[in-house]
Amino acid sequence: MIRKTVLLAAAFGMATSAAAHNAWLLPSNTVLSDLGQSVTVDAGASTAPFEADHAALPAATVKVWAPDGTMGTIENAARLRYRSTFDVRVDKPGTWRIGMENRAVTGSFTLEGEKWTVGRRRGPAPAPGAPVRNIATVDELPEGATDLDLTEVLGRNEFFVTAGEPTETLFATTGKGLEFVPVTFPTDLVADEPAQFRFMVDGKAAAGLEVEIIPGGRRYRSDHQSIKLATDADGLLTVNWPGAGFYWLNATLTDAKAAHPGAAKRRMSYTATLEVLAP
Amino acid sequence: MKISALLAAGVAVTPAIAAAQSVTITIPQMKVSEYHKPYVAVWLEPAAGGKARTLAVWYDIKKGGAEPGTKWLADLRTWWRKGGRSLNMPADGVSGATRAPGSYRIPLPANLAPGAYTLHVEAAREDGGRELVSVPLTIPAPKGRAAGKTELGAVTIAAR
Repeated sequence: MIRKTVLLAAAFGMATSAAAHNAWLLPSNTVLSDLGQSVTVDAGASTAPFEADHAALPAATVKVWAPDGTMGTIENAARLRYRSTFDVRVDKPGTWRIGMENRAVTGSFTLEGEKWTVGRRRGPAPAPGAPVRNIATVDELPEGATDLDLTEVLGRNEFFVTAGEPTETLFATTGKGLEFVPVTFPTDLVADEPAQFRFMVDGKAAAGLEVEIIPGGRRYRSDHQSIKLATDADGLLTVNWPGAGFYWLNATLTDAKAAHPGAAKRRMSYTATLEVLAP
Repeated sequence: MKISALLAAGVAVTPAIAAAQSVTITIPQMKVSEYHKPYVAVWLEPAAGGKARTLAVWYDIKKGGAEPGTKWLADLRTWWRKGGRSLNMPADGVSGATRAPGSYRIPLPANLAPGAYTLHVEAAREDGGRELVSVPLTIPAPKGRAAGKTELGAVTIAAR
């Protein structure tokens, strides 16, 4: 019995580490009582969220949405080996969204009998002198391309900071793609109070969406303690926090409703870093 | 001698008309090498839910510069979420300087609608801890008593 559990856990651990390196943003604070302060943010990608042991995320792609709808800027950006750091000066009252948006078409096609890839090239570097059969964006798709296997990829990875009273201006939905709509305000999370968030796809409730939540501090425990939940028929997710701390939330959804005419599939992903305070 | 002087000071700031009902809170003496007077917030919440009403908040009102005293108000994390963040500091008749260890009497507002409430007292101290003490009470005839274990001493609600 015990042995079986251990084996299962080992298999699970392997699968997870092989699957992906998770991108994460880790702010120094999410609730501010004074304007003129800054939030210092770490940005990295690793197997366990918030643990800087693999790769830095480029800070240049980070966007700052100020509560009044204007775009803010990052300061003091530096790329370190395992994480990037940057500051955001929180100089307006209300709720800020800070993070990255990703929108691209990736995949492959065939041209004159050769297989080509679209988007950022992955895998080992080609041998010296070998032809590079890759185009950076789908806009460069050559005439005569066949066997198109393209996926539209839409991603968002963000966190929230509130100075003073929270504001909801930045949570107006666009009706496009996978969207996170707070019911419990994301900077009002407390360990002994369940939180609710709604997920929408193209403006409709994302029912049965699988959402994974991983508590920070993975290094200091023997198992993942990741929380796997699903939204109800109304797209509503209810989370009971096991304790205070930072949490990494991720939901991924694939369908066939790509906006790009050449893409057959659409893969959407939403990631948020949430801070849960002690009661 | 010292205690009576502090009590006298507490009474002096209490308007005579509202003195009929009051809450007395105690900031305990700490035997620590580095002591900073705590930030304290006192507020009332209707038991059935509703807007919190802050009765007092004590913070470092004089500290300015890059890290003004208001920077740490969010450390009173429950009060901040329940109502602190909707107040503009300094708040007339509500905010004041941090207090030294001792007992302080705060009048309950005279215009409270009858009903059940919970009185909350939260204290957070630099290089120290944070504690929340809650006492249920009923208007009119508020009466109650609770005590903190670390950052707060006795909290007493009495009609006097």
